[in-house]
Amino acid sequence: MTATATEPGRAGATRDDRVASRSLAARLLSRPEVGSLIGAIVIFLLFMAVAVPFRNIANVGTILYGASTIGIMAVPVGLLMIGGEFDLSAGVAATTSGLSASLIAWNLGLNVWVGVILALVVSVAVGAFNGWLLFKTGLPSFLVTLGTFFILQGVNLGVTRLLTGNVATADISDMDGFVSAQKVFGSEITLGPVTLKVTVLYWVVLTLIAAYVLLRTRVGNWIFAVGGDSAAARAVGVPVKATKIGLFMAVGFCAWLSGMHLLFQFNTVQSGEGVGKEFIFIIAAVIGGCLLTGGYGSVIGASIGALIFGMTQLGINYAGWNPDWFKTFLGVMLLLATVVNVYVKLKADRR
Amino acid sequence: MSSATVERHDAAHSDTPILTLDDVGKSYGNVHALRGVSLNVRQGEVTCVLGDNGAGKSTLIKIISGLHEHTDGTMTLDGVECRFPSPRAAQASGIATVYQDLALAPLMSVWRNFFLGNEIHKGLFRTLDIARMKRICDEELAKMGIIIPDLDRPVGGLSGGQRQCIAIARAIYFGARVIILDEPTAALGVKQSGVVLRYIVKARDAGLGVIFITHNPHHAHLVGNHFVILKLGRVVLDAHRDELTLEQLTTEMAGGQELAELSHELRGVDPGKVVTPAEVEHGQVEAPARPQEEEPSA
Ligand SMILES: Nc1ncnc2c1ncn2[C@@H]1O[C@H](COP(=O)(O)OP(=O)(O)OP(=O)(O)O)[C@@H](O)[C@H]1O
Ligand SMILES: [Mg+2]
Repeated sequence: MTATATEPGRAGATRDDRVASRSLAARLLSRPEVGSLIGAIVIFLLFMAVAVPFRNIANVGTILYGASTIGIMAVPVGLLMIGGEFDLSAGVAATTSGLSASLIAWNLGLNVWVGVILALVVSVAVGAFNGWLLFKTGLPSFLVTLGTFFILQGVNLGVTRLLTGNVATADISDMDGFVSAQKVFGSEITLGPVTLKVTVLYWVVLTLIAAYVLLRTRVGNWIFAVGGDSAAARAVGVPVKATKIGLFMAVGFCAWLSGMHLLFQFNTVQSGEGVGKEFIFIIAAVIGGCLLTGGYGSVIGASIGALIFGMTQLGINYAGWNPDWFKTFLGVMLLLATVVNVYVKLKADRR
Repeated sequence: MSSATVERHDAAHSDTPILTLDDVGKSYGNVHALRGVSLNVRQGEVTCVLGDNGAGKSTLIKIISGLHEHTDGTMTLDGVECRFPSPRAAQASGIATVYQDLALAPLMSVWRNFFLGNEIHKGLFRTLDIARMKRICDEELAKMGIIIPDLDRPVGGLSGGQRQCIAIARAIYFGARVIILDEPTAALGVKQSGVVLRYIVKARDAGLGVIFITHNPHHAHLVGNHFVILKLGRVVLDAHRDELTLEQLTTEMAGGQELAELSHELRGVDPGKVVTPAEVEHGQVEAPARPQEEEPSA
């Protein structure tokens, strides 16, 4: 055996000429959010054509507001789905958060901010509980969070009625700290003809942070890995439990943000609010290219999914269509988006 | 790679084992996959673990790599008793593993898989150093003799051997003290198998402890310093290279007597025989029966 042969090196490796380098277009098309981007453009053009008020620039703020309230939750729910898990309690958890802040502050006569901070603790704890229960029971997250969904729904109603004798919390707008808290969670700014709610800012910032974490940090690498194959991820040293529980806690944090907006926008929270929202978040994430089976997806896509929702909700109104059909439209869009996603991905991978 | 090198290295390194298993057992419920296994992994030595399918080889290395916890006995690393609660803990102690099922995330790109769990980051925001990771990944794969032109391609679309090369390159790159390879050459071509064997020798010469699992006695005998044969979860042979020839090793791996019977039986098969093509009903190909049980009807 000669010395050169003993040294495994580049010399032994020749280029494989069967693989042509992929064009930029093909690489762009294979991004998970492409399907949703195409969908968003189509829907935008559709409503521009059929709904006159849609063309009014002043309505941009309204549309973005609708999108942001969904997007704030669709982003963490999308991350969680990429990590291979569902959270069906995300919608009612936001209500739980708003109720906690309001009830704590009102019943103990404390500064509103104390309620806000304690609500954050409650929300993150609910997320952590979901994650902990997932590993403790070994059940699929679909079942575990379905359980928390019902538990929270009951607790929301029961505790609110117990403490207030009513199904909604009392108006806290005259309490200490309300004004400053409302500035943080419910204010708006006017840019020319457009009035933007602060939630739009949160939505955009959350999307950017989540996209950065997912694609440019090691935690992002772990999220993809635990969703793609958690056994393999564990075997190569990824802290699977910490990653997944962390994702549930991130959903909890965003539920808190969402709940605080509910509270400071309307001064009171309805205890039955939030049921059914969890599916909207999941649908936005799926439209955005997140695989139901985990390991693949994009938070930018989830945000575009939320934008599609915002446009559709108002577009149907503006076009003067019967809003009864909104859910039907949703279902069709979900199917179309999934088919387009799969199709585009197949095409792009073959190029 | 001559035996001279082997002896030089045996002399060069201290004889105290890095890793010792003492009377280790592992049960999966009522299945006792391992019973009373003792093993020493020394610095600068290749320990080959051999045995039939289901003998418990993978179970053994999964204990060492932290995937499973042993139910009996003790494991000591550098003389200190230890128990790895997770593969991450084992890796922190410098143990890297190529698993039989490879442990790659199919939808993730080649370079992300290569650095999974060991990502390189830089700067205040701990941003992934993607350019550097891709470069290292490319270099390490090129050293294995395989070229994957697009490191952004998902691993799921690669050939079995390419995937195996990624898993091996990863373990060799990150292994600091002990490298464990569970049937690393199972899906590999002749060239890549050769590269892997050379890597094993290189890692040994660099002073690492190597655990090498294979079904190929030639490969084992080429690089092994120490041979441990498992049978039904127990150690049936633990011998140094000097005490065994290739023939003896092959015989031991096949379970001694059984190989002699097999060769006797197969000699009866006429290699020149050509059968006219025929349709056979499902399930009509008879199981090859032992001669003493039934006379072959052919
Ligand atoms: N997770 C598990 N649960 C139950 N039994 C298991 C499990 N893993 C392995 N076993 C059993 O333990 C025994 C040893 O399996 P192991 O995978 O260690 O064999 P092996 O020597 O690696 O075989 P091979 O050469 O086929 O890879 C087998 O009988 C197997 O059925
Ligand atoms: Mg095995």
